[in-house]
Amino acid sequence: MSALRSTSRLFAASRPLFRPAVFARSYATVDPVAQEPTPSEQPRIKQFQVYRWNPDTPSEKPQMQTYELDLNKTGPMMLDALIRIKNEIDPTLTFRRSCREGICGSCAMNIDGVNTLACLCRIPTDTAKESRIYPLPHTYVVKDLVPDLTYFYKQYKSIKPYLQRDTPTEDGLEYRQSPEERKKLDGLYECILCACCSTSCPSYWWNSEEYLGPAILMQSYRWMADSRDEKTAERKAALDNSMSVYRCHTILNCSRTCPKGLNPARAIAEIKKMMAAH
Amino acid sequence: MLSQKVAQQSLRRLAVQQPYALRWSLMNSVSPAAVALGRNVQMRQATTSTTTSDPNKLLAEQRLRRPVSPHLSIYKPQITWIGSSLHRITGIALSGGLYLYATAYLASPMLGLDLGSASAVAAFGALPVLAKVALKFTMAMPFTYHCMNGLRHLIWDTGRGLTNPQVIKTGWTVVGLSTISALVLAFL
Repeated sequence: MSALRSTSRLFAASRPLFRPAVFARSYATVDPVAQEPTPSEQPRIKQFQVYRWNPDTPSEKPQMQTYELDLNKTGPMMLDALIRIKNEIDPTLTFRRSCREGICGSCAMNIDGVNTLACLCRIPTDTAKESRIYPLPHTYVVKDLVPDLTYFYKQYKSIKPYLQRDTPTEDGLEYRQSPEERKKLDGLYECILCACCSTSCPSYWWNSEEYLGPAILMQSYRWMADSRDEKTAERKAALDNSMSVYRCHTILNCSRTCPKGLNPARAIAEIKKMMAAH
Repeated sequence: MLSQKVAQQSLRRLAVQQPYALRWSLMNSVSPAAVALGRNVQMRQATTSTTTSDPNKLLAEQRLRRPVSPHLSIYKPQITWIGSSLHRITGIALSGGLYLYATAYLASPMLGLDLGSASAVAAFGALPVLAKVALKFTMAMPFTYHCMNGLRHLIWDTGRGLTNPQVIKTGWTVVGLSTISALVLAFL
């Protein structure tokens, strides 16, 4: 069996060799020839100031550390710069990253004063101005750019982010929804819970213990707006206090900063409307 | 198996050619001794502890040692949150000013002060023109801004005008209109 498999693998590996060039798949990576900087090109040195704090020496205050990179040799995104700093300059620099394409939400941080995903944020090409990178604002720092989001996830758990219903379906197969009902969930379900919006909200900065924050409220609304969910009344009752929703003062930093282009502020406004009607 | 062996060999060759792989291999050769001596345990006072059983207690303990990342001082000034904080500041200033003046007016007979309209008009009339305009503008500006931004809040509460371009446009419109109307009031 193993012999069979290895031969088939060998065959699979060599198959592209026999394929005519027209059918050869092009790769997503940039052409190495185009990427290589020409020797005549001037180096474009940009400074990056990065927030540093080490839990091994907790008594030392957090500080900004400056790194210099040649933009000609760096990828276009902030995450490329961070990875290059970690690989080539300072391996102690700590940050979260995973998918590098804005779908995991790991690399959420404050870049040049705005919360965003490092992987979706282009490095400003102006080399005269340095870029400043901080962890998400008003969070407890685990190390360098890594914030402690434990409480954020606890809050997410508290809104019961799953379908709740008691009655079975008519056909016993699936919970059906009209296209119009499904359309209500667009712009809500795409949230990746990167916490950019919640940590951009001044209300959440001052009341993060009790106020749920834009990200969690949008998910709360996502289940309230779902035609298949039957616990809307319970969900509304859980939010019916002065803190959970009503610490939102329509500051609108959340929608302004969302790296996925979603609109948590609209979702909160809809919750407030539902609560007023109830 | 053959293809795997080929892949492994080529990977090894690649690793040798890379300069940082050297450091890596050095680390690997050192670490078994460290593991045997138990010297590899890192003391992280501010991150983990295996002794606490209650996760909430652990979270509270960690928070005592961890710094809070900077917020207001580093966030980019944007019309959204600057406008909102100005709305609140002007609201506090207006209502606070009203309460202060009203209580002072009530208490004025006891304090021997004259805060009536006639004396206010007389005091104001004695000021130079520039001071008159400046004083009127500083009184009018918070009022006009707070009123117009209040209208914006009422529109938002109906669930409208909440997209990014709309918020930015209406925000600057409020700033412009309130400044113009405050100037008009100041020169009346």
